[in-house]
Formats: sequence, C-alpha cells, structure tokens
Amino acid sequence: MIISVDLDVCQNYGQCVFAAPEVFDLDDNAELVYQAEAPDSSRGEIEAAVTACPVQAIRIVG
Amino acid sequence: MSRIVIVGGSLGGLRAAEALLAKGWEGGIVVISAERHPPYTRPPLSKGLLAAAPDIAAVELRRRPETDAVDWRFGVSAVHADLEARRLTLSDRSVIAYDGIVAATGVRPRRLPERVTRNGFTVRTLDDCTALRPSLSQGTRLAIVGAGFIGCEIAATASALGCGVDVIALDRAPMVMPLGEVVGAAVQRRHEARGVKFHLGRSVRTVDSSASGHILSLDDGSRVECDVFVEAIGSQPCVEWLEGNGLDLTDGVECDNSMRMGGRSGAVAVGDVARFPNPLFDDVPRRVEHWQMATETAARAAATLLADLSGTPAETKPFRPLPWFWSDQFETKLQSFGSPALGERAEVLEGDLAGEAAIGYHRGKQLVGVVLLGMPKAAPRLRREILDSLSLEPA
Ligand SMILES: Cc1cc2nc3c(=O)[nH]c(=O)nc-3n(C[C@H](O)[C@H](O)[C@H](O)COP(=O)(O)OP(=O)(O)OC[C@H]3O[C@@H](n4cnc5c(N)ncnc54)[C@H](O)[C@@H]3O)c2cc1C
Repeated sequence: MIISVDLDVCQNYGQCVFAAPEVFDLDDNAELVYQAEAPDSSRGEIEAAVTACPVQAIRIVG
Repeated sequence: MSRIVIVGGSLGGLRAAEALLAKGWEGGIVVISAERHPPYTRPPLSKGLLAAAPDIAAVELRRRPETDAVDWRFGVSAVHADLEARRLTLSDRSVIAYDGIVAATGVRPRRLPERVTRNGFTVRTLDDCTALRPSLSQGTRLAIVGAGFIGCEIAATASALGCGVDVIALDRAPMVMPLGEVVGAAVQRRHEARGVKFHLGRSVRTVDSSASGHILSLDDGSRVECDVFVEAIGSQPCVEWLEGNGLDLTDGVECDNSMRMGGRSGAVAVGDVARFPNPLFDDVPRRVEHWQMATETAARAAATLLADLSGTPAETKPFRPLPWFWSDQFETKLQSFGSPALGERAEVLEGDLAGEAAIGYHRGKQLVGVVLLGMPKAAPRLRREILDSLSLEPA
C-alpha cells in the first residue's frame, strides 16, 4: 500500500509513530520521516495512524 | 434490521461509527447530531482557524467511505433516551427504536450566570468561531474570562492578530489544574512577554455593557474595559437526555471500564461525556477531554457494544489508554502524556522552563504524567517511561 503525508500540514506530534512504528519515525531534528510504501499486512496499524493524526496529514493513496 | 443509534455527531460519534463498521457491524447506524455541520475537528477553533477565516472545509473530518451507509441526521437533537425500552425521542418529536446506543454528546461551555451578563462569546462550535472572528482585529480590546487551555489559546491567537488581551481567572496560574503551578506560571510568562495581561485569583462581579463596549468589574474592585469578551470557564457535559434512567450523571455519565453506561448492556458512551475508570492509574472514574481519547474510547465502546448485541462475552483485557493532548500557544508546542493532574509533585526532568523543557509529575514513586514544552524528540522515550512506571505496583 502507498502512503502519503502532507508535510506542510504535519506538526510532528508523532502519534503515527506510536500507532505504526515500522512506517513512521521522528528523525534527529524531531521531523517526521516515513516509508511511502508498506506491506498490506501493516494496514491495520497504518489505518490507526491515519485516525490518530490530529491534523489529518496522512492518507492511504493506493 | 437491527439498529445502533449514536447520539452526537462530532469526533466521538464519527469514530464510534467507523469502529462499529470496521469491527463488522452489518445492521443500521443512525447518528443524531444537534449541529448542522458534518463532523469536524475542534482544536483549530481556538488556534489556526480563529486566526484565519472560519470555514467548514478547513476542519471537516475525513470520513472513511464505509460511513456513507450511515444515516446522518444533522440539526436534530436527542431529548430523552429510555434505556429500558430502547427508545430515543428526538427534538422533532419522532421516536427511534434501537438495539444499541452510543452516547457521544460531549460538553458545552459553562457560562457566567445570566444575571451577570449575556453578552459574552464562547468557543466550542464552528458557529461560535464564525461569530467571534469578525470582532477580532488589530487594536481590539479582548477580555477572556478563564485561563484554561481554551482561554490561553484564544489569548495567544488574538494577541498575534494584534488584539490587546486581558485574561481574568480565579486560579493562581493559568492551566493550573492540568499542569500545576510551576508550569502554569512558566506559560504565563510567555504570554506576558507578548503583552497578554493576567488578572489571577479574581472573579467577575458585574458586567456593564454599552455601545462603546463592556466594563468587567472584578471582586477586588478593579475594572477591565474591553470591546469583546469570551467566556472560557470550563465545560458541562451534555447528559440531560439521559436523565430518568437511574444513571450517575454527576459529571458526565459514569461508565464501567468497558465504556458501558452504568454497566448496562447495549449502552455505551465515548469521548468528553464519558466518565470511566482507567486502571492504568486507579479505579476512580474520570472524564478526559482530550481529542485522542474520543478515538480510544470509541474503539473500546464499539467492541463492547457489538459483544453485548451478539450475546458474546466482552473483551476481558482492561482498557488502559494513555491520555495525550497537545496545545499550541504562540511558538510553544505543549504536549501532555499521562495524567499530570494526578501528580503530587512536579519536577523539571530535562531542559529549563524558560526554553524547552520536559516536566515529570510523580505520585509516590510512579511517574503519572509528563508535560513537554517543545522537546518533541523526547516524547517517545518519556511516554515509554510513564508506561513502564505505571505498570509497576503502586508505591
Ligand atoms: C476550542 C477547542 C480547542 C480544543 N483544542 C484541543 C487540543 O488542542 N488538543 C486536544 O487534545 N483537545 C482539544 N480540544 C478537545 C477536543 O476537541 C474534544 O476532546 C473533542 O471534541 C471531544 O469529542 P466528542 O465527540 O466527545 O464531543 P464534542 O466534540 O463536544 O461533540 C459532541 C456533539 O454532540 C452534540 N450534542 C450534544 N447534545 C446532543 C443531543 N442531546 N442530541 C444530539 N447531539 C447532541 C453536540 O452538538 C456536538 O456536536 C479542544 C476543544 C475545543 C472546543
């Protein structure tokens, strides 16, 4: 599955990191980094990350 | 077809519908929503949206496509639920028979007594935000009654718009309940550095309104003159529609750890209105007015409701969500993990209060909460520390 994060909207609150740590992380500057492609087996966690994002920055695009 | 009715169509109501569908509910879902707008997110109402132009498109919550099958009824409210008969009466006098019910009615702003004034604004809904926005511009004198999170956020937003801001509150420091005095005072200094004036330990006695503005007379005899004022003195849970069912409604609706209202089968509550025990801390039921908690409680409540309706046992694993919220005030990004209000003492763990800091709140030997002023990188590590500390036996 393909994930897209609008980094202009993202506030780096890291809720997605707690929901799906294999896909999302905060780098050394505390800025969000993520894998744009993830296996379908992570769907549940990624959907939880989408829901947990307080600014709706994350989308599953494919 | 069997039917679940969700009362309240905001964040908690939407998340409950999504969770029910995701967990395989095949019956109908009806959402009764007093507001005329589709579900939207409230945090921007005191922050970015108030600074820009209020617009539903900017705050509407994205809904999963499955929720198109939900029967959304906007602009109508629940008047009375009969939990025994499983019937809900609406403000248009219609009656809905249901199998399961979700209470997601949230809270409304607490108001100054009517004999004092009826001229204040509040900020809870998009319509509130739209009504207040045109009054705020360069040079507007704004008074805010209440120094909780919402009051402080409005103070920061309005100040950045060029308003002169006075904050009046009974407490000794802003946000003293959730943050404690030391951190509250540190945030206060940040506001003062930007020109916000605080009148703490004070209450509003009378308000004189005229064409040229309002004069707020405080209990020490001082006066605050303003063009507009906002009441941000806390909230009241919307529970009137649940009266007459023998539920404990003293502060929201009391729920068990599975989110059942009064332990009743087939009746659950979610979000700001729900008072539930969290064994992560203890067995005292509490309401948690955090954005994230609406989603967490909705997931648990949906699982309970589906188990009740299908006659299968509910999840036995205790529900122990770690509370989290954020607040943006000027450049400060504040985050809170756990339950700082339960702490007996606060100490700066890292950084310093004038800049970026992590503050720990302890109850006995347990770390019950952490507040971050900035320091986002420390969040995952300190969050883990709270969870580890709380899983030990109480000190
Ligand atoms: C200005 C503001 C800023 C905030 N900022 C933050 C923040 O930065 N971080 C954070 O974590 N949290 C924040 N919050 C809190 C967060 O928005 C709430 O926790 C969240 O909205 C709770 O969702 P809810 O669905 O439980 O209740 P609500 O959002 O209150 O929704 C309840 C809905 O039910 C409707 N309703 C009430 N009674 C009835 C009835 N009888 N029949 C039908 N419908 C009814 C109401 O009209 C409302 O639409 C903020 C809140 C506000 C107001």
